[in-house]
Parts: sequence; structure tokens; C-alpha cells
Amino acid sequence: MAEPTLRDGAARDAPSGLRDGTAEGPLARALDGLRAYRMISAMWIRSTMAYRASFAMTALGNFAATALDFVAILLMFSQVDALGGYRLAEVAFLYGAASTAFGLADLAIGSMDRLGRRVRDGTLDTLLVRPAPVLAQVAADQFALRRLGRVTQGLLILGYALFALDLAWTPLKVLLIPLMLVSGAGIFVAVFIAGAAFQFLAQDASEVQNAFTYGGNTLLQYPPTVFAKDLVRGATFLVPIAFVNWLPGLYVLGRPYPLALPTWAAFTPPLVAVACCALAGLAWRAGLRSYRSTGS
Amino acid sequence: MDSTSDSTSDSTRDSTSDITSDITRDITSDITRDIKDDPDADFIALDGVEKVFDVRKKTGFLRRERHQVRAVDGITFRVRRGEMVGYIGPNGAGKSTTIKMLTGILTPSGGQLRVAGIDPARERTRLARRIGVVFGQRTTLWWDLPLIDSYRLMHRMYRIPDRRYAENLDRCVQLLDLGALLDVPVRQLSLGQRMRGDIAAALLHDPEVLYLDEPTIGLDVVSKAKVRTFLRDLNTESGTTVLLTTHDLTDIEQLCRRVMVIDHGHLMYDGPLAGLHEVGESERTLVVDLERELPPLEVESARVVKVEGPRQWLAFPAAASAAPLVAAVAARYPLVDLSVREPDIEAVIAKMYADRVTS
Repeated sequence: MAEPTLRDGAARDAPSGLRDGTAEGPLARALDGLRAYRMISAMWIRSTMAYRASFAMTALGNFAATALDFVAILLMFSQVDALGGYRLAEVAFLYGAASTAFGLADLAIGSMDRLGRRVRDGTLDTLLVRPAPVLAQVAADQFALRRLGRVTQGLLILGYALFALDLAWTPLKVLLIPLMLVSGAGIFVAVFIAGAAFQFLAQDASEVQNAFTYGGNTLLQYPPTVFAKDLVRGATFLVPIAFVNWLPGLYVLGRPYPLALPTWAAFTPPLVAVACCALAGLAWRAGLRSYRSTGS
Repeated sequence: MDSTSDSTSDSTRDSTSDITSDITRDITSDITRDIKDDPDADFIALDGVEKVFDVRKKTGFLRRERHQVRAVDGITFRVRRGEMVGYIGPNGAGKSTTIKMLTGILTPSGGQLRVAGIDPARERTRLARRIGVVFGQRTTLWWDLPLIDSYRLMHRMYRIPDRRYAENLDRCVQLLDLGALLDVPVRQLSLGQRMRGDIAAALLHDPEVLYLDEPTIGLDVVSKAKVRTFLRDLNTESGTTVLLTTHDLTDIEQLCRRVMVIDHGHLMYDGPLAGLHEVGESERTLVVDLERELPPLEVESARVVKVEGPRQWLAFPAAASAAPLVAAVAARYPLVDLSVREPDIEAVIAKMYADRVTS
């Protein structure tokens, strides 16, 4: 008896569903997510720009804090000529590439490490009742333009390195540099998302995430030769952040990679980034599903 | 398969007292009749909905004990389009869990659930455009931004046509008295102001259903009155279906003709507010002022519950007439003055909860 009634309801609802312009399919969902991300981050930028002086100061502070980070390396080089067999300009190249890639990811979705708190205090619920993908809403929340400070610092150091390095440039090497920065940002984005997904299970785990994001960034700022082989292996095969700057970077520098990998591995970062983002997306979906069935 | 007769037996089986089941059966049969000639009757439809949580308790270092909590345990009800229903129960009864399932935040562990023909858990984002949600305890607004920024974002996120948005915003600003607050960051608003801001935010996209989870919690008398008036007008003028959970029974008394009581995940009562008295076997109180202090009065069909000097309180069944009792007291004792007090609905519900625990 109830069957035809339900169907009646569905039929009546169909036109309004069309009117909603509701997204169907993964591509439409992704576009929907990007649209929501753009709207929310634009709102945060507008609100930041309402206080320009304050913005200028925090961005400058962000830049100064990250710049000091590189001063530590400069101090080291005032005592030694090479670090793990790498000269200052070469370390600066690796540092600048890692810092820029990480800075871009941090700028885009650096607020994700607050997910655990949202899960704990239940404010994630309010995102779930809005007609936009939760990932986009969490990623764009509190969008902080001041994080451009780190990107600026990374680009400046990279610029210095490219100027100071005496390399035999080939078209392939020139092409590899922007590719490296964008793919590297993509890999870090995946690490951020996977870390956030983990916070659905362990809500106090934002430090674990930081260990992989900020920690990973610090790791990549030095040449792989200064680290133990096992750590390099972990960074290559386990959490593949080595593809951010080590593999493509060492190809540009004309240095051998400490692990036995073919030369073409230097050109795989875009693929690695896509694969990582896909895996992180799956982890995110699993995390969100577990939240929606436990309601913790 | 006839699922409507299933739901009838479900809801009656869960009922504890005979009266409850009678009333539930009446209402369910009403609903069954409605469904046959009116699709709006099952606008919100729950059939044996369950939600089971796995709770892990730490019992020692790295040792956890798992046990299951049935937050919602087989709930069946219908809400017709345009109805305004109160959903009440003690803390932890399963109210918020039900609301979360109705909005798609939580996925039910069992049973069937439809809101406007949509399965909320499976099509959460599609449903989101058609419902409005107000959580009393937390805001859906962007905390650090001015109120108007949140509204502008809703405008675009929900793809509200410009004219509708302008009209709805104007109406909300006027009726909820938000004019002076639009440029204030949400975190600087008082609780009452924020709640009004939240209600407006939930209504900009013309939702067909509005869920309110404790909308008057922590508000002062004036704010409560404003919110209630607004909700009543919204329901009568726009025909928005409203489902509201609350601890404040005045909300229900002033707003809802129908009330559902839930406890321990079961629907204990579903019907008009007045019917609660019969179910709860509530008592009225006769307060008598005597000429002098006397030992507790002895009259049939009533018992003395309190003595304070020459004033005594006598409780008698709410269904019984007060006249014979008054006559009996006046005939035997020196009566100066008297008054009859209607049963307190909160006491009635408290009694229902208590019965549930002991049964």
C-alpha cells in the first residue's frame, strides 16, 4: 500500500531536484567543491583585507619567521663548506623548492589540521547540513592569505639558488622546475588531507599530521645524503614526499639519488601527486563515513 | 507488502501503558488513512529507524571494552507537510540523534527514513537545499565574520535567486530584529542575537522543513517570545514544516499542537499536548485554606501532599471532577478559601520518564 505513495512523492520531488541544479557524478561534485572553496576563501580574503595594515603585518611576520629558518642553514655554512656533500646553492635549491611547494599546499588547505577540533566539539555537523562538499568547506575555512609569506620566502630562496647555481640547463630541466613545484604542492595537499582523515579516528592527532606536513617539509629542506637510508626509503616509498623535491631536484642538480632508482623517476612527481590525492580522497571519504555512522 | 500496518504494530508493541498504545493506535490509524488520499501526509516518514553506537570504554592501559548503545531503537512516525511538531525527551533520549539522521549527518543503523521523498544519508547535499537546521548549542554561521557575510555566502552557496534572497533577508531582518546586528562579527553577538541570526540563516533558501534543536536554550524571556512568535508566523504563513526539540515545555505549549515524547530511544507518546495528562495519569491539586491549623484532612478520592499552617494541598486525579471533592471538604472542615491547580506538564512528563525506568 505504501509503495505507490512513496513513488508519488518521488515523482513530485523530481522537478524541484532539477531546479536545484543538484550536482551528479564525481566531476560535477568536484566542480561543486571547487566552487564552494572559491566562495568561502574569497569571503575570508575580503574579511582579511578589511584590515590591510593588520594583514601586512601578519604576512610580514609569517615571512620573517620562515626566513629565520633559512638563516639556521646559512649559519651552518659559515662553519662548513658542504652539507652531506652539497654546497650552499644546492641546499638552497632543495630548500626553496620544498618550501615553495609546502607553502602553496599550506596556503590552499592549511586549515585542515583543525578538523580534529571540529569533530570533537561537534561543529562539523554544521558543515554537513550545507549543500557543499565537506572537504571543500573544511579546506577553505579560515583561509589565511598571510601564508603567502612562506611561499614568498621559498620562491626568493629558489631564485637565489637558480642564480647562484652553475648548471648546464636543458629544456627538460627548465620544464621540470614548475612541474616540481606544482606536483610537490599536490603531494603535500594529499598529506594534509590524509592527516585530516586520520583525525576522524583520532581527534587529538593534529600533531601526528604536523609531523608529516611540517616535519616532512623540514626533512626535504636538506639533501637526502645527510639522512639514514631507512628514512630516505620511508620518504620515498611509504609517504612519498621524496617526489616533492628530492627526485626531480637531484636530476636538475645532476646528482645521483641515494636509492637505486631509474633516471625517469625524476619525471614521475605529477603521477605520484595524482595518485596520492586519489588515495587521500578515499581516506577522507572513509573517515567522513565513519564519522557519519558513529557521530563521535 | 503492507508497510503501513507494520508500522502500526511496531509503535504499539513498544508502548508501555495501555493508554499510550490506544492513543498511538488512534493516531497511527489517522495517519494511515491520510496516507491513502494525501501524499503530503508522509512528508517526513520514519519506519523502525534505529541508531546503534559502538562505545569503547577504556578499562585499562590499552584495553578497551566495547558495548553497544541503542540511541534510537525502532522509531516510527509520520509528519505531514506544514505540521509543527514538538519532539521532547530527557537528556540522552535520542532527540538529537533523530534530528541528525533526519538531516543526513548520521546514517541510520536500521529502518527506513525519508524526508520529502529523499533518503537523507544517501543524498545529503541534495536534501540540504530543501531543509533548514538550527542547532541551539552551536552556530551554523561563520564565527569570526560579520553576520551579513554569512548570509551573502548562503545566498551563493544555496544558489538562491537574487530577488528571493533580498525578500527573505528583508523579512527576517525585520521580524527577527537583526538590522543593527548585520555588521557585527558573530562571535560578538549575545546568545539570543546569535540564535535569531541562526534562524534567519536557516530560512534564506526557503526550506520546506525547518529542524530546530533546542532553539530557546539559554535565552531570556524576551528573546524566547520573539523566537516563538516568529516560528508560529512562519509555520502559518509560509506553511514550513517545523520539527523542534526542546527542554522548555512552554515552547511546545505555545507552538505545537502535536508532541512526540521519546525516551531511551523509544517513542513513548505521539499526540496532542493535552493527551499527555491522561497518559501520565497526572493529578490536579486542590489548595484549601482552613480557619485554623488542622491535622491532614481525611477525604476520599484525594490525599494530602503538603501541610503548611492552615493551608493544605490535596492531590486528586486530573480526570476527576473537583466539585464532589470540594463539597466533601466543605461539609466536614471549616473552609475559608480554595483554588484548583492544573497539573504541571513538566511533572507529567517527569512521571512518564520515571515510570519508564521502573517498568
